[in-house]
Amino acid sequence: MPEILTYSFMQRAFIAGIMVALICPSIGIFIVLRRLSMIGDTLSHVALAGVAAGMLGGVYPVYSALVFSVVAALGVEQLRKTYKDYAELSIAIVLSTGIGLATILISMGNANAAIFSYLFGSIALVSSKDVLVVVILSIIILVSILLLYRGLFYISFDEEAASLSGVPVKWMNIYFIILIAGTISVAMRIVGILLVSSLMVVPVAASLQIAKSFKAAWFYSVIFGLLSVIIGLTLSFYADLAPGGTIVLSAVGILVGVFIVQGLSRSITNNRSYESSWEKI
Amino acid sequence: MKTVVEAKNISFKYDVVPVLEDANLTVYEGDFMGIVGPNGSAKSTLIKLLLGLLKPQQGEIYLMDKSLQNFKEWHSIGYISQKVKGFNNSFPATVEEIVAANLYKEMGVFKFIRAKHREKIDEVLDIVGMTDYKKRLIGSLSGGQQQRIFIARTLISNPQIIFMDEPLVGVDLESEERFYRLMEKLNKDLGITLIMVSHDIGVITERTNRVACVGKRQVFVHDSKTFNNEEYIKSVYGDKIKLLHHRH
Repeated sequence: MPEILTYSFMQRAFIAGIMVALICPSIGIFIVLRRLSMIGDTLSHVALAGVAAGMLGGVYPVYSALVFSVVAALGVEQLRKTYKDYAELSIAIVLSTGIGLATILISMGNANAAIFSYLFGSIALVSSKDVLVVVILSIIILVSILLLYRGLFYISFDEEAASLSGVPVKWMNIYFIILIAGTISVAMRIVGILLVSSLMVVPVAASLQIAKSFKAAWFYSVIFGLLSVIIGLTLSFYADLAPGGTIVLSAVGILVGVFIVQGLSRSITNNRSYESSWEKI
Repeated sequence: MKTVVEAKNISFKYDVVPVLEDANLTVYEGDFMGIVGPNGSAKSTLIKLLLGLLKPQQGEIYLMDKSLQNFKEWHSIGYISQKVKGFNNSFPATVEEIVAANLYKEMGVFKFIRAKHREKIDEVLDIVGMTDYKKRLIGSLSGGQQQRIFIARTLISNPQIIFMDEPLVGVDLESEERFYRLMEKLNKDLGITLIMVSHDIGVITERTNRVACVGKRQVFVHDSKTFNNEEYIKSVYGDKIKLLHHRH
């Protein structure tokens, strides 16, 4: 066994990290395709208020973050109806409320170090209870995506047609936004509140560059997410850095790598077609 | 003749602006009906009302003898909206995935695509002549080809009626010809009732068997063979308009 896996805290970090790597891009792909990239950031700021509230009230912060972000998710849905023509306004309102609330709750408490670990992620502090909660919630989220995948796909492509063909659009939209809230609460322990939405979006951005079908886009997103988490956690362990940063920068590194490989293969194809047209002459 | 769509005395307002007042429309099984009218005359509104996407303030709508409130057989209704062309062209989905999406109701709880679904996908792609494009990304196709895919997507749920809102906008002449040949196949060979909004009165009267003119908040239905263009213009725009012929 490699040295890194002989530590029990690293084993816990890897189990939780791998679950997070499976769910973040799986939810993220629908977020990106529906052009909702800001929603992850919004809900995670509210989750921060939830964490602070949990610490103040002596409640397990993952639970309080889950409750706060689910309420915020429903709030976004409700406000979106009120401001039909200004969809981003609902996000801005909830984001402001979340940050305002978080600032007050944090300044009321005295747990800045603990808050820090939720903001930027932590590997040393992942407890067995954290791992259990992460695994159970992740399985619920993954099963939900597997069951709703066709409907979410159709809604992302053409909401009106989806509705006519029998997809319960309204119900599914609400459930989806609750899934986003759940994913944030699950992922924040490892990746950190500030970087959760990056892990939802960056692996998807890389996969969209190469995918030739929706299934492939999903598959690559998850593979890139897994790679980011594994590389990021390893770097975090050896260099003693916050895992949120190393994981997200690994994802960005993969994205850059994809761009480079694409650029190279394009120039090779261009060269070949240039040579073959030269040969014909 | 069996009535498949019926609108009785429907009135509809956008806020306070009435666009339809006490209008009636009957579509029979096997019809290929064109809906024409000046810009803003409620052609698309009429289609949306018939599909229940908008609710009339007054009147009743029946689809296949059932009032819209009680109508449940949505799989037998196809709809190709104007918006369909506005999709994100870099959406990572293949033709096969897009067409399969409409099998949602038939896929069961776990939404697996089974062999019978694959056969059905091949069959509808064959009807629209797009079999070779099954694995291609939807965004990589031309406008006319994408449109045929959306028709295939509609066909997969075995519709008895297909509603189309301006399907020929942004489509070149060759694709238009191909589109009408396909419509003839659907209408004559497969017996599907077609209802299509168009702004090209000249072509639509040649291809359809009945034409519904929407104008002056009313719907007037004509037989395409006896449809008179000049009379139509007068009836919807008034006497002051003259037709200018293009002599070359």
